[in-house]
Amino acid sequence: MIFFQNLVNALQLGSFYALIALGYSMVYGVLMLFNFAHGDVFMVGAYIGFLVSTGLLTLANLGAVALPTWLILALTIILAMFLTSFVGMLVERVGYRPLRGAPRASAAISGLMIGIFLETFVLWLGGPKRRSFPALIESTTYELGGVIVTNKKIVIVLVSMLLMLALHLFVRRTKWGMAMRAMAYDYVVVPLMGVPLNTIAALTFGLGSALAAAAGVFFGIAYPVLDPYMGIRYGWKAFVAAILGGRGSVLGAALAGFMLGFIEIFVAWIFPSTWRDLIAYSIILLILTLRPHGFFGEPYSAQLRL
Amino acid sequence: MGVESGAIPVKAGRMGSLVSKARAWYSGVPLLGWLLGVLVAVALEHILGRRVARALGMSKEPVLFGFVTMLRDPALLPSAVLYVLLIYLLPIAAVARLTAQLTNRLAATLLSLSSGVSSAVHLGLIYGALHLWSDLSDYRLLLVRLTLIAIMVTLSLNLVNGYMGEFSCSHPGFMALGAYTASVFTVILFVDDRVFGAPLLALPPLLGQFVFPIALILGGVVAALGALLVAVPSFRTRGDYLAIVSLAFMFIVKSLIENLEIVGGPRGLQGQPDWANLPTVFLWAVACIWIINNFVRSTLGKALNAVRDGEMAANAMTVDTRRTKMVAFLFAAFWAGVAGGLFAHVLRYVNPGTFDLKKLAEVLAMVYLGGLNSVMGSIVGAVGFNLLSEALRPLQIIKWMIIPVLLILVMIFRPTGLIAFREFDVQELIRPKGEPQQH
Repeated sequence: MIFFQNLVNALQLGSFYALIALGYSMVYGVLMLFNFAHGDVFMVGAYIGFLVSTGLLTLANLGAVALPTWLILALTIILAMFLTSFVGMLVERVGYRPLRGAPRASAAISGLMIGIFLETFVLWLGGPKRRSFPALIESTTYELGGVIVTNKKIVIVLVSMLLMLALHLFVRRTKWGMAMRAMAYDYVVVPLMGVPLNTIAALTFGLGSALAAAAGVFFGIAYPVLDPYMGIRYGWKAFVAAILGGRGSVLGAALAGFMLGFIEIFVAWIFPSTWRDLIAYSIILLILTLRPHGFFGEPYSAQLRL
Repeated sequence: MGVESGAIPVKAGRMGSLVSKARAWYSGVPLLGWLLGVLVAVALEHILGRRVARALGMSKEPVLFGFVTMLRDPALLPSAVLYVLLIYLLPIAAVARLTAQLTNRLAATLLSLSSGVSSAVHLGLIYGALHLWSDLSDYRLLLVRLTLIAIMVTLSLNLVNGYMGEFSCSHPGFMALGAYTASVFTVILFVDDRVFGAPLLALPPLLGQFVFPIALILGGVVAALGALLVAVPSFRTRGDYLAIVSLAFMFIVKSLIENLEIVGGPRGLQGQPDWANLPTVFLWAVACIWIINNFVRSTLGKALNAVRDGEMAANAMTVDTRRTKMVAFLFAAFWAGVAGGLFAHVLRYVNPGTFDLKKLAEVLAMVYLGGLNSVMGSIVGAVGFNLLSEALRPLQIIKWMIIPVLLILVMIFRPTGLIAFREFDVQELIRPKGEPQQH
């Protein structure tokens, strides 16, 4: 029974990692760049979600508007995703677009610096105090044969999977998705065919950031404390997961994200919990040694340079 | 300098001519002259600093060229500027210019003896200036030592990220390995410690200085062995592989140390003997710069650049690419380990939390600020970053908003750093300069 209980917890943790990893993976796939600011975009998304939900709850409590809780939840997720996508596009505009011709490592450094800036900015505005995320869902607990499942977990896992499915369909079925895939195939020649590179880049960053914001809101719902350093704590792990999934593979990043969640939860179950990082990263190192290109990645071309 | 151009307004033209006049005026000053000027200025601060500072309304001499004083108390801005002008800038300018003839002749004589002698004299002057400058406060002493260590780390990371053209994230991990190995070695053997008990070898304190290099080299070797773990899987394929594997390695090292209760776990390890004094750190930093500079100018270093610019082509030209990359990576890790050992003994305390992502961001920032593929760039990057970081300290967290913005600007306008792709030519630096041209 403990096994299934851990499975449920792992699904929830994995959906955070998967949602964040998707943003890394898309930017890496389309533009061949490490977006080191992405973890902090996740953090900013969580804070935006906090602001939006607190604002909506205050409005509802004042009686200005009659809002049912489920509507507040939906609005929080949608608004946080919408607003954070602009943060992502801003990151692209400030930190990555001016460096398009530069070595890719320089862009990575500029992204890293934007991440530190965002972190400090939130710390400066909000103070070092941890914020508790308002409870948007009244917790109901179901017990299925000894396994305790809360409605929060169900909502988080289901909506995360829906978002991933939506992204998958977007990338596979729409014209914009096709443009992104083409860009991932060759970002030098494809712009010559009339595909707007800057628009696609902004779109990629925006989509990734929206997913990170969703992860941020879910994180706030699941563990109701936010602090400015949650971005680096979870973001870098998700980054590793994104690479593990294979370059630019949506399915791979999602799978690797869930896998990371499973590894972490099950390591903490079997071994002392302080060993979590040690064993999780060792497993990742082992997988990368055996499969250097990740689950669904293709071998790198010879020209690929940092 | 565009002085002749009529389009430039009169005022700017006058300024321009002043600048070019000053430049011509000082073009004949060799490095020896500048160093002498710095030494005189620092000695002057030693003798007069306190009195000048009191006269200008400050309680004591500004600790870091007045920057910290200015930011703490903006009312003291004029006196801080005046102090820097009186104690540092004017004496340096005067001594450098006035002794130019003498120092030129001296530099020529020294160089004719041998470039080794000349370098040694220059280094002696640099050490003298650093010693006198850091003698005035413990804060300065700590800052100088940490900056020298930062130079070593930056240089060794530049070897991988600049000269080899890969992206390594594991340097904090190598530093941690070096720091812990050296600390465990010295603490077990020579210190009466709560964790490890009485020293196994009771040495007279004077002998410690001779044992310390063994501890550091041991730390470097362990770091290099750790690097082997990263290098073996990483250099089979290319691309961004190293970045991920080295990142995972960094987390593994940090987590491993946190779980090793014998070395204190997350609480850290303390009680390292006080052996990393300024001369020791200075000598190690000089050795590091000298050896790495020779390495990158050797055949192996050139092969490394060839691998970066075109691995297939280098392979076709009989460069053993895999071996070259391995050797360079282990070599870089060795120096990071030595720097880590020094770091632990300077602070006399080390904990795994030090070697995390923040450290990584710092080291990367120093490398990319200074410039890729450049020894001089690494020195400038490490010194510049450390001074900036200390000078902005009074701003508290706003500092971490200013520094990223500055670095993003550097990346936008000079994507490979301030002084990138330039050879560090000691001969050129220490040679006497010609007579100042008449204007």
